[in-house]
Amino acid sequence: MSRWLLRGYLALVYLLLYLPILVLVVFAFNDNRSAYSWGGFSWRWFEALFNNRSLMDAALNSLLLAASTATLTMIIGTLTAVALQRYRFRGKAALQGMLFVVMMSPEIVMAISLLALFILLGMQLGFVSLLLAHITFCLPFVVITVYAQLSGFDNRLMEAARDLGASEWQTLRTVLLPMIWPALLAGWLLGFTLSLDDVVVSTFMTGPGFDVLPLRIYSMVRIGLSPEVNALGALLLLLSLISLMLSHLILTRKRS
Amino acid sequence: MLTRLFKPLFDLKAPFRSGVLWLIWGWLILLVLLPNLLVIGVSFLERDPQDFIRFSVTLDNYRRLFDPLYLGVFLRSLHMAVLATVLCLLIGYPFAWGVSRVTPRWRPLLMFLLIVPFWTNSLVRTYAIKVLLAGNGLINSFLIDVGLISQPVQLLYTEGAVIIGLIYVLLPFMILPLYSVFEQLREDLLAASADLGASRWRTFRHVVIPMTMPGVIAGCLLVLLPAMGMFYIADVLGGSRVLLVGNVIKSQFLDARDWPFGAAASVLLTVAMALLLLAYWQSVRRVRQQVAL
Repeated sequence: MSRWLLRGYLALVYLLLYLPILVLVVFAFNDNRSAYSWGGFSWRWFEALFNNRSLMDAALNSLLLAASTATLTMIIGTLTAVALQRYRFRGKAALQGMLFVVMMSPEIVMAISLLALFILLGMQLGFVSLLLAHITFCLPFVVITVYAQLSGFDNRLMEAARDLGASEWQTLRTVLLPMIWPALLAGWLLGFTLSLDDVVVSTFMTGPGFDVLPLRIYSMVRIGLSPEVNALGALLLLLSLISLMLSHLILTRKRS
Repeated sequence: MLTRLFKPLFDLKAPFRSGVLWLIWGWLILLVLLPNLLVIGVSFLERDPQDFIRFSVTLDNYRRLFDPLYLGVFLRSLHMAVLATVLCLLIGYPFAWGVSRVTPRWRPLLMFLLIVPFWTNSLVRTYAIKVLLAGNGLINSFLIDVGLISQPVQLLYTEGAVIIGLIYVLLPFMILPLYSVFEQLREDLLAASADLGASRWRTFRHVVIPMTMPGVIAGCLLVLLPAMGMFYIADVLGGSRVLLVGNVIKSQFLDARDWPFGAAASVLLTVAMALLLLAYWQSVRRVRQQVAL
């Protein structure tokens, strides 16, 4: 009895979590404007989306930003994880503490602190400020992902390579990299997703001339309901679902 | 002599290692430590209509935070964030326990289904809630069709809508840490408690709750902190009527251009975060000690 009660409860929570998303996606294909009555299947909102030039420009900007963020974060994050796992250095605990604080601190606090810095330095807000900020808030997540994979790694393999005369860089490239690339790829996908979804930091970091997708969606969503937003939301959901699946497959395949 | 002084800064014998350490420290100091010190500094300065700040030290910004007008906003925002957190805990605690009791074969799938929302756009998910709650939305239209109400009920642009949005977006962040403590919960301790004659309630009260405390606090942190800052949820679901601390900070920086005051509000938020983190570490330590006994 209590077992069925428990299962019913789990099912109910999952239903409540997924129902709004499901409704959103279904009505993206609705032929009329209503968010309640079904007027037949149609692609028209997706077509309207792709014909919206300025929206597509913002989307391209965002994809470029997300890909750059993901790539640079993957590199810096992997180096950080390697340093934390392999090297003994002064201030290691402080470094870990700082990464932890970055992960926990409210995004808005980070956003205004970076805004203050960039304005003080007289920097033009735009692609570069967005990129620096996005890398900073993605960094701890990528470090954790890579570090988790590294902690199961046999350090003696790398010591053997060093003993045989390989330089540190050669060792990392030829011994470590082939074994931990799944974590790197998973980190890349996570960074890409986090960057593409960010509203709070982007609100402060964006400048004239560089429009990004989340902020465009934000202004559309504030105004009211429109099936175009449903269509855009459905596309974004699909994109994050694909990257999550990929990351999941990569990480679990390696382990088993 | 010179090389010995230089070595801690850059070791030429290990250029790669030194380069990596320089990169990380440089990044964190320049883009995390320095900006945060800047904000703390700005919060003690005066506002200037032209240059954002004027260099004269004052405690006025902090005093203004406790002005009844702003204090009211903060307390209401805190109240909403706390309410959302408590509700997440009430929903998430039995849920995480339930998932940890499911046959191991199904657990990865159930956890996967929880991580999906983490990876999907929170703005899009907030919009999904708006679609349901709107005056001509699914819930109202359904209730009218069924005949329960004749006029659409105001669901959107209320505090309730903001709280629902916060719960919907943040619930997975509560469940994930809770699940990880429930998964590590030692069955033998529960059995021992029962063997010693404790009722199920006493076992729950004196064994399960203390042992899952780190997960509870971690989950509350992960919900409460974003809940105070997520200004777009208040914007989309609460209209301009409902404000969170995040909305106040944002408007001070981007609209009112009162940086010192916005900075003071942000420092307050950071201090609150630090206190909560301290509570978390203490609870983790306490549980470790108890288990070691």
